[in-house]
Amino acid sequence: MTAAIEVAGLTKDYGDLRAVDGVDLAVDEGDFVGILGPNGAGKTTLLEMIEGLREPTGGSAAVLGLPAWPRNPALLPRIGVQLQASSFFERLTAREQIHTFASLYGVAASHADEWLERVGLVEKADSRVEDLSGGQAQRLSIACALVHDPEVVFLDEPTSSLDPQARRNLWDLLSGINDSGRTVVLTTHYMDEAEALADRVAIMDHGRVLVHDTPAALIHRLDAPTRITLADGETITTREPAVEIARLSEANRLDGVRVQTGTLEDVFLDLTGREYRA
Amino acid sequence: MKSLTQGPFWALSRAILWGFVRDRTAVFFAVVFPLMFLVLFGGLFSDQSVGEVDMIVVGDVTLIDDLPDDADESFDATFDVTRSDDLDDAIAQVRKGDADVAVEQQGETLVAHYTQTDPAKAGITAGALQALVDGTNLAATGQPPTYSLDVQSVEDDSLDTIQYFTPGLLGWAVAMSAAFGAAATLQGWRQTKLLRRLQLAPVSTRTVVGARVSVTVAVALVQMAIFLGIGSLFFGLTLTGAWWMAIPLLVVGTLCFMSLGLLAGAITKTQEGAVNAANFIVLPMAFLSGSFFPLDAAPQWLQVFSNVLPLKHLNEGMLDVMVRGEPWTAALLPMLFLAIFAVVVTLISAKLFRWETT
Repeated sequence: MTAAIEVAGLTKDYGDLRAVDGVDLAVDEGDFVGILGPNGAGKTTLLEMIEGLREPTGGSAAVLGLPAWPRNPALLPRIGVQLQASSFFERLTAREQIHTFASLYGVAASHADEWLERVGLVEKADSRVEDLSGGQAQRLSIACALVHDPEVVFLDEPTSSLDPQARRNLWDLLSGINDSGRTVVLTTHYMDEAEALADRVAIMDHGRVLVHDTPAALIHRLDAPTRITLADGETITTREPAVEIARLSEANRLDGVRVQTGTLEDVFLDLTGREYRA
Repeated sequence: MKSLTQGPFWALSRAILWGFVRDRTAVFFAVVFPLMFLVLFGGLFSDQSVGEVDMIVVGDVTLIDDLPDDADESFDATFDVTRSDDLDDAIAQVRKGDADVAVEQQGETLVAHYTQTDPAKAGITAGALQALVDGTNLAATGQPPTYSLDVQSVEDDSLDTIQYFTPGLLGWAVAMSAAFGAAATLQGWRQTKLLRRLQLAPVSTRTVVGARVSVTVAVALVQMAIFLGIGSLFFGLTLTGAWWMAIPLLVVGTLCFMSLGLLAGAITKTQEGAVNAANFIVLPMAFLSGSFFPLDAAPQWLQVFSNVLPLKHLNEGMLDVMVRGEPWTAALLPMLFLAIFAVVVTLISAKLFRWETT
């Protein structure tokens, strides 16, 4: 299997600040990769270099076997991007918006309408983008990124600033977009999101990729103890949960009990530290 | 084969055009606001033309009643005549300002009663009546006149109000919408990252810029059609021979003001800031370029300074070909100035250009 994305020693400096610091990353075709990291970790800069928007200070990035920089017109129709903000033409309706993007890629309007239906915006097709809710706007911008059926899709924090309902709603949409073998790269700072959607997760901090693996492997490697919380609030931390639960069962104290193994959040905090960064 | 109206250029042009047409504020400032000035100036100053003198003719005044046809015509152009039999009432009207002059004939003498309230009208009245008497005296001798005066009007400073203001206000309107459009688009697209998004679509910068320029030029031509239409239909605007040269002139002017808009967009960080900066450039320039009043009475240094302002050249060029009856070549020099200005400012803007606000 060929690599959809190959990044080697990728570095980006802004003056004295090293935003991305020697990143190596390989993404297989058809993978759904989540890039996870705190704000300012360098996720967006890394993504923008892979998309071909920024010139790397050092190293290389290749997408579908082609160098990402300088801007390669042959590569552009094969990638789809959704940038952090909602990048729309002002005062156009949802339908006009996606038709315009379709035209830029030489895609028929009927195909654009299918995407509008797929992201559930048929009823909002004649609403101007300014009148869409945050979740609707994100769904439209994802549809605009996918309207030309690209082989690789980049989504930059698609669920930031959405309420929990809108986030879950978007997850349903996102989990389906790589069914057809499409490669998806998504940045987020939500652990649950990466855990729910991504086949593999890369955790970034201070411009470096700290780990890159499946969520299950990352949690297993953490080797965190299991926490059992009883109905009365008592918490038991144990490395032998089966024994502990059997004991609680005998004591008839299993009602309302919660069992937590390690989460991606534990992995993340273990790697990036717990201190709050303003 | 893909039809022409489905390509990226048309899709972008359509998107930009809808964005403009649906922006009520932009449409207001591009079309309605300048038109308000046209209607205001056209209506406000049309009554101030000194030609119309209200005259009351009291009783029989053979000197006026027996005028030959051709003299009668020019007399009517100067005087608005009403008839009366009551001299005292006529003089009272003059005193109150309801009429400018009351005339009666006493034997062989034409007696005019007028005030000096409006010196210009008083001068015209006295001069016109003197000429009338002189001409009648000469005709009475039966001799052909030795000298004659052939009056050729030179249309320049003496242009009618509407003739002067239509090109100037049109220049201002086009300057505003071109500069605001370019500034707001650049800032808006940069802020929503649409600029970046388009960079990642398989369309060339040329196509994107071409679409933006085409829409602004089309809007400028519509502004021109509206101004000329309303000016001719309601305010008696008369265009002279080479008026069509105003079209290429306006196109180059549009490019010039778009470049100023780009500059405003390049040096500011927000959309409001960009529009304010464009306003800061265009509005004082409109005042100093004669869009709102002629610069003839302005101090010499100001007139000299105004020659570096592109709007001054756009206005003068349009005045020349649209109402002053100058040949089409009169627009060439202003077009050259505007084109050079556009190129220089575009290069500066490109130098200052940033993809992102941060």
